[in-house]
Amino acid sequence: MLYYLAKRLLLMIPLLVGITVITFTVIHLAPGEPVEMQVAMNPKVSAEARERLRKFYELDKPLHVQYAKWVSRLVRLDFGRSFAPDGRPVITKIRERLPVTISLNLIVLILEFALAIPIGIMAATHRDGPLDRWTTVFVFLGFATPLFWLSLILMYLFGVKLDWLPISGLHSLGYEAHGFWWRVGDMAKHLVIPLGVATFGSLAGLSRYMRTGMIEVLGQDYIMTARAKGLPERVVIYRHALRNALLPAITILGLSIPALIGGSVIFESIFAIPGMGKLFMDGVMARDYPLVMGVLVIGAVLTLLGNLLADLAYAIADPRIRHGRERAL
Amino acid sequence: MNRCRLVCLVLLVFSLAACNEGKQAVPAGPRLPGIPAYGDALVAGSIGEPSTLLPLLASDSASRDVAGQIYNGLVRYDKNLKLEGDLAEKWEISRDGLTITFHLRKGVTWHDGQPFTSRDVLYTYRVTIDPKTPTAYAENFKQVKRAEAPDPYTFRVTYAKPFAPALESWGVEILPAHLLEGKDVTRSELARQPVGTGPYRFKEWIAGQKLVLESNHDYYEGRPYIDRYVYRIIPDTATMYMELKAGGLDMMGLTPVQYQRQTTTKEFLSRFNKYRYPASAYTYLGYNLRHPLFSDRRVRQAITSAISKDEIIQGVQFGMGQVAHGPYKPGTWAYNPNVRDFTYNPDRARALLAEAGWRDKNDDGILVKDGKPFSFTILTNQGNDQRLKTALIIQQRLKAVGIEVKIRTIEWASFLKNFIDKGDFQAIILGWTIGQDPDLFDVWHSSKTGPRELNFVGYKNAEVDRLIEQGRGTFDQEERRRCYYRIQEILAEDQPYTFLYVPDALPVVSARFRGIEPAPAGIMHNFIRWYVPKGEQVY
Repeated sequence: MLYYLAKRLLLMIPLLVGITVITFTVIHLAPGEPVEMQVAMNPKVSAEARERLRKFYELDKPLHVQYAKWVSRLVRLDFGRSFAPDGRPVITKIRERLPVTISLNLIVLILEFALAIPIGIMAATHRDGPLDRWTTVFVFLGFATPLFWLSLILMYLFGVKLDWLPISGLHSLGYEAHGFWWRVGDMAKHLVIPLGVATFGSLAGLSRYMRTGMIEVLGQDYIMTARAKGLPERVVIYRHALRNALLPAITILGLSIPALIGGSVIFESIFAIPGMGKLFMDGVMARDYPLVMGVLVIGAVLTLLGNLLADLAYAIADPRIRHGRERAL
Repeated sequence: MNRCRLVCLVLLVFSLAACNEGKQAVPAGPRLPGIPAYGDALVAGSIGEPSTLLPLLASDSASRDVAGQIYNGLVRYDKNLKLEGDLAEKWEISRDGLTITFHLRKGVTWHDGQPFTSRDVLYTYRVTIDPKTPTAYAENFKQVKRAEAPDPYTFRVTYAKPFAPALESWGVEILPAHLLEGKDVTRSELARQPVGTGPYRFKEWIAGQKLVLESNHDYYEGRPYIDRYVYRIIPDTATMYMELKAGGLDMMGLTPVQYQRQTTTKEFLSRFNKYRYPASAYTYLGYNLRHPLFSDRRVRQAITSAISKDEIIQGVQFGMGQVAHGPYKPGTWAYNPNVRDFTYNPDRARALLAEAGWRDKNDDGILVKDGKPFSFTILTNQGNDQRLKTALIIQQRLKAVGIEVKIRTIEWASFLKNFIDKGDFQAIILGWTIGQDPDLFDVWHSSKTGPRELNFVGYKNAEVDRLIEQGRGTFDQEERRRCYYRIQEILAEDQPYTFLYVPDALPVVSARFRGIEPAPAGIMHNFIRWYVPKGEQVY
């Protein structure tokens, strides 16, 4: 097992190098340079000023030299400074945004699992009945509704018309003056609509997997055995069937780990939540290479680690996989 | 108490006078002026987040807005867009126009209490021209031959030749030498925690959420009435509008649709005042003059005659704008109101095209010359809905006179790099910001037609060149006015662009703020004199 882990970790290094080479090249291939984006169409900027800026950002050097410099900084865990006019370290900019994005994504993920799994089970046990139909309609409605539209409607309803909830942002103005619990309550109020909408939109996938998995398991012989033993239906479903039906859910959970640091631009823009999505998007639009690379590298590392963790979790959870792999190694 | 009343009365008279100026502004909401009082906060919405509060390094409008409250320049534009002294009490221009001597205001202090002197001005000049400073704004200062500070309250600059935009260039924000001298300006903490001389001092900045400024009680023009100025960063205009309605914002810029359709209820108008005045920008249809299709002036005149500018303003701006005839804002001193532009007249367009040799030979509705149909592509940048709609309206109108137009939208970076810089386009729809100084050198002089330069349409006219040089070479406003009036006549005749429209700026401010005085410069020029009567203060 340790050997396997070490091998996987070592394999990540060339993989990571490959990823950075490709992404570095691709973002430099996109037309336009950070300098262009900053000064284009500005009559006050002379050609000489442009060259001065290019030199400042070292864009006048060949691409491989730029890459080498970037990598040599990265191995010292220095992501460099942003090409935006503020020139702040990339890591600071990411650190400002990451906690918000991760917390929100985590809450949405928990809500998603807490709602989708029971919905899926209910749909499966009431297969083809009205409950199944209605939950299907509900989750697909969430899947199909444009969330920005739903968000705006809810903001208008609860924020403007009824005046129950705040519209955007994370805090009320002047929240610093209040006590801890007031601030928690204030933030919770701000998050009701965004979290609600995000969860509503995410239910479809997982609940359908649960439903299918459950239906499949319920058709198995051992379930029939359990029922034949005279076990109560509740025990049959929740103790015997659920365990096996949960496997696809674990897969999805594993795949969700890297997505925790990603944010949705549209979502963050509408709710004025300062998250990773907007940061990354703005970085791309401004051709802020160090920032884009920084976000991508962190994303790549997390994805690779997430995959590794998922594989390991499988191996631990499922004896068949564990033994199969050790034999193969 | 009596003095307060007098102030109110004066303000009232002023705002009434402003109303009478006609199109300038349309305030609404019948509220009594109340008594000026200190306190309260103004919460403004901003789509973008400022990048840095060292204005030397910033080029985005959000940064410049905030920096404008924190710093001062030596000179500034007053409400009628005339230059007046700011940190410089007065200035003299030598007889030969080569030397400007600024007499600095005494007793001005930085937000940290240090006195402001000519050393700060000299530092700002030096750091701007320093080749190591990554600033976009060195060009004007490069014209300076010598800069000196003979004493703490005098600053003198000498130019190699008279340069009219020079005076305006000293409106740049003066930076504190005592905090920056000898340090790397690109790594300075002042980018996030600025120290200026302006009416507001920096309080806090929560990345991606808000930026808070506090009134400077020691400001040289007196303590501003509004205690705090809060910028909330809300990237989406629909959200911003709802925040406004829900009371989370006090001020924002409306879109034309919001102004015309969504903010007309009694309830809204009792809570907010809407303002309207021409923005300092225009939208145009530019032709690639190197392209054989557009080298004939009559063709360009014909296209302008075939387009109804009023229709575009109605369709795209909901009427919130005015027709543009040249590169200046209507109402400013350089704007020539008597230019004879080509008005909408399709018959004249057809006649001009026929004169230029374009005929409809095969009755398919498309004009032909030398066996080639009259067909061209209008390019514009992706994501600007107004420009796309403008292109669609033009497409319809030109079809009516026998010209086929295709429309293509391209992402901004690619648009610049692959099309504008290479001169690889036929026609484009873009916009320019109208600078306060009327100098046109960068956009219209024939020496600026090279790659990556701004006369990318390739306009060359010897008379215009001469007039531009004459205009920037003198400080005499009358003489400059004559030059720019003539240039506008020539441009109207040559039609290198079809100047389309000047959009209106449409700010809306909560009605609890009093003392707002709309003027050609907009509404922010007297922000420190805005106030909220005690009884109505919210924050």
